[in-house]
Amino acid sequence: MKSPKSNEALAERKDFIMTKGDNKGNIKCDQHSLAGAVSQRACVYSGARVVLNPVKDAYHLVHGPIGCASYTWDIRGSLTSGADFFRSSFSTDLREKDIVFGGEAKLEIVIEELMEKEQYKPEVIFIYSTCVVGVIGDDLKAVARKAEEKYGVRVIPVESSGFAGTKSKGYKAACEALLNLMSDFKAESNRVDSNKKAADRKNKIKEISDRSEDYTGMNTKEKIRVLQKKLRYINSLQTGKAIDDFKNKKIKEQVEKGKYRKKINLLGDYNLAAEGWIIENYLNEVGIELVARFTGDSSIKDIRRAPTAELNIVQCAGSMKYLAKRMQQEFGIPFLEISFLGLQDSLDSLRKIARFLDDQIIINKVEKLIARRLPDTEAKLKIYKNYLAGKKAAIYVGGAFKAISLVKQFNDLGIKTVMVGTQNGKESDYEELKELTDSGTIILDDANPSELEVFMREKGADVLVGGVKDRALAYKMGIAFFDHNHERKHPLVGFEGVVNLAQELDLTINSPIWKAIRSGIDE
Amino acid sequence: MQDLVPEEYKERNSLVINPVKTCQPIGAMYAALGIHGALPHSHGSQGCCSYHRMHLTKHFREPVVASSSSFTEGASVFGGRANLETALKNIFAVYDPEVVAINTTCLSETIGDDIGSIINGYDVPEGKTIIHASTPSYVGSHISGFSNMVKAMIKQLSEKNKDAKTNNKLNLIPGFVDPGDIREIKRILEAMDIDYILFPDQSDVLDTPLDGNYDMYPEGGVTIPELNDTGNSQATIALGEFASSDPAFELEKKHDVKPYTLKSPVGIKATDEFLMQLMKLTGKEVPAEIEKERGQLVDIIADTHHQFHGKKVAIYGDPDIVISLTEFVLSLGMRPAHVLTGTPDNKFEKIVEEMMEDADWDYNITAGGDLFQLHQWIKNDPVDLMLGNSYGKLVAKQEDIPLVRVGFPILDRTVHSYLPTVGYKGAMLLLEKISGALLDRRDRDTDIQLTEFVL
Repeated sequence: MKSPKSNEALAERKDFIMTKGDNKGNIKCDQHSLAGAVSQRACVYSGARVVLNPVKDAYHLVHGPIGCASYTWDIRGSLTSGADFFRSSFSTDLREKDIVFGGEAKLEIVIEELMEKEQYKPEVIFIYSTCVVGVIGDDLKAVARKAEEKYGVRVIPVESSGFAGTKSKGYKAACEALLNLMSDFKAESNRVDSNKKAADRKNKIKEISDRSEDYTGMNTKEKIRVLQKKLRYINSLQTGKAIDDFKNKKIKEQVEKGKYRKKINLLGDYNLAAEGWIIENYLNEVGIELVARFTGDSSIKDIRRAPTAELNIVQCAGSMKYLAKRMQQEFGIPFLEISFLGLQDSLDSLRKIARFLDDQIIINKVEKLIARRLPDTEAKLKIYKNYLAGKKAAIYVGGAFKAISLVKQFNDLGIKTVMVGTQNGKESDYEELKELTDSGTIILDDANPSELEVFMREKGADVLVGGVKDRALAYKMGIAFFDHNHERKHPLVGFEGVVNLAQELDLTINSPIWKAIRSGIDE
Repeated sequence: MQDLVPEEYKERNSLVINPVKTCQPIGAMYAALGIHGALPHSHGSQGCCSYHRMHLTKHFREPVVASSSSFTEGASVFGGRANLETALKNIFAVYDPEVVAINTTCLSETIGDDIGSIINGYDVPEGKTIIHASTPSYVGSHISGFSNMVKAMIKQLSEKNKDAKTNNKLNLIPGFVDPGDIREIKRILEAMDIDYILFPDQSDVLDTPLDGNYDMYPEGGVTIPELNDTGNSQATIALGEFASSDPAFELEKKHDVKPYTLKSPVGIKATDEFLMQLMKLTGKEVPAEIEKERGQLVDIIADTHHQFHGKKVAIYGDPDIVISLTEFVLSLGMRPAHVLTGTPDNKFEKIVEEMMEDADWDYNITAGGDLFQLHQWIKNDPVDLMLGNSYGKLVAKQEDIPLVRVGFPILDRTVHSYLPTVGYKGAMLLLEKISGALLDRRDRDTDIQLTEFVL
């Protein structure tokens, strides 16, 4: 069995890798992967899907063969406080016939089935285009326009043919779709629609609760079962609305009481493991109302109202800076790049927002919040530092902003970053990483597993921070793993997040399992 | 979820909501991983390859490595020949696999790349092998993709001795099953002292031990000489009509090796049939050890049959496993009420229909269905148990039905890929899961005063 010649990096790959201290000049990045590479990268469609999918009360229809919908079904753990339409997977399931004769006809039928056969009419349908749709040249815009006229809903095409660029292009396509949605925020018809929807729902509930059941021949248990089923159904109709009502009422009360002094939007947060809610809580506490979240736990209504905000704050710049820039152009809303990943960054971000809004009460409240939360957080971090200082970490994540914040946090915890790479970083990101790391740290763009393996071994990493595909690799090498991807189950933002990060790192790095690998047989 | 699913079922012909299938290339990739030293290669844009690797990694919790032609807009206009040639050059230079198994995608198929002719014109390095399968995502499902890649192994690699001398071996195609199943099938063959060529073989590839070393090409997998030799075997046993029978027939066409298609050997009856076929073809006896396992299994069912009898079940997933599970639960006295696969093929409906011949209860059977439809069926006709992959968990949770995870993919439980579902041992493990799920449920629903230690 020969082992792969992984340490002989491809000549073409050499420009994508550098060692801090050794190389002069810049890293090569933001390029297509090489043909034949075992790349970790995804496609344009995937970029659009992860950014747009958390819009909770839209129907997300994937126009393409079934795979594109299957692999991205509920791929992101975005939490919702209301509707959960986005957690279902809708596909046109294109077949050979559709490829030959064009997929537009099927798309029309699918929209018809969605609108006429299903019980809940969506207000907005996003149609994602995929590789094959781009090649056969379906005119999504024409189909969308026709459907809008026929059903009176918004049908928004997302130009995300997989091959037509990198994942970043997909982020842009999603941002365009969001802008498209915002462009009609004044339209009156929406209000009429949602009123009608509420009335429909109310009628349905009434109809079900009024319906008398036929219990003939049933025993008590069966009768209870029928009743329970009915109750469950009514509950299910009510829950989504009840939560929205509660939230809206709360916000309204607080605005009236003068609790909220400013209105802003949060961009580039996907409410993974409730991260968006954590940030929202801080903002609310200091007197800021969040109009819309892009896109974790966002509703169509919120997004349409987004242009009424006076500031956009951008958490994940890689995916959403584009939207921030466009909103500045279109609606004159300024934006701030912030980050709630890491303690110092969280504090800086809160202060930055308050300063920008130039409101003394908010500035004071931010200091009060920090004074209240900081000592406790620092005390907890001190405990974990005992377990983590001196460990070595390798980082390979999608977005550069995550990598940057991780290196900073590791520095704080006394963990040395020996390797850091991203899938989608830009040149300026790599410059910043160079600044933050020690001499000898490997910095790389769009790495493949062999490269990760070689550098992790060479540098003696104790833990790999990455996504799902890298987890199995790290474990195989007997190295701990920390999930910093869509699938993470623990929030990593704010005061809660930094403690979680330390806790999770301790949990994996100091797990007894790594000792079990070589003990036993060898000893 | 809950807001969305109305009780009333209206027929849909085009829209798919919550699929029970995925596309061909991932099946081809899984099959290719069962060849020793192989690097699966996806000829399309890089997203596909990433998704397939991610999905397989989630099910097996093992590293899955595959390369991609990384199509750009240029390739989509001018064809993917240049990309594939560059890819192959890079693959052999860096990853140095013994075999590259290329699958196409919807993109490369639509552009019309002719992989066969590109490979023919390519200077394959000494001692290396390239195979390729056509797997457009808009045809069939991941199961047909698996079948097509296995077919490619036969078509492009099987040979026949000039003297037509048999190697006295049996070919065995296990189907789209876990490494744990393959190990069990091999154990049975070895216990019966049967010489075999099993392919594709993902054991020791996707269930490797952790020893601190990462090996990109683990020790498992069928070898190229073994695949060459399949043309000299006595017969081919194809387990699973949908995943395995096509390649077996291909071998008959090519080298006149007789194919025998059997059900995936899940449950007593299907395992009996498998063993009987082995005896018939080889003249070998079933050893006492395996016979004892059968007896134990029957004993377990006798001890527990009251738990199962009359209970209603919904079964969904890939056709071969769903068919065998349906037969198994029928043999336990359970009532399959809803049987559904996402893979579009009317044969499925016919086969299950025949099994249900004696059923005196209402039931639904469909091929090419989705989980939304299953959910509606269950709302109208509730069941006591669901059998299927992880994607049914939201239905199970909402309708408050215990779910036993069987099939692919299982994304939220572990160990499944190491232990068998096939054979008598596999049936015991399955029974333990089903019985456990039903009794856990019963304990949960029983008042504490009425809760007993002995059940």
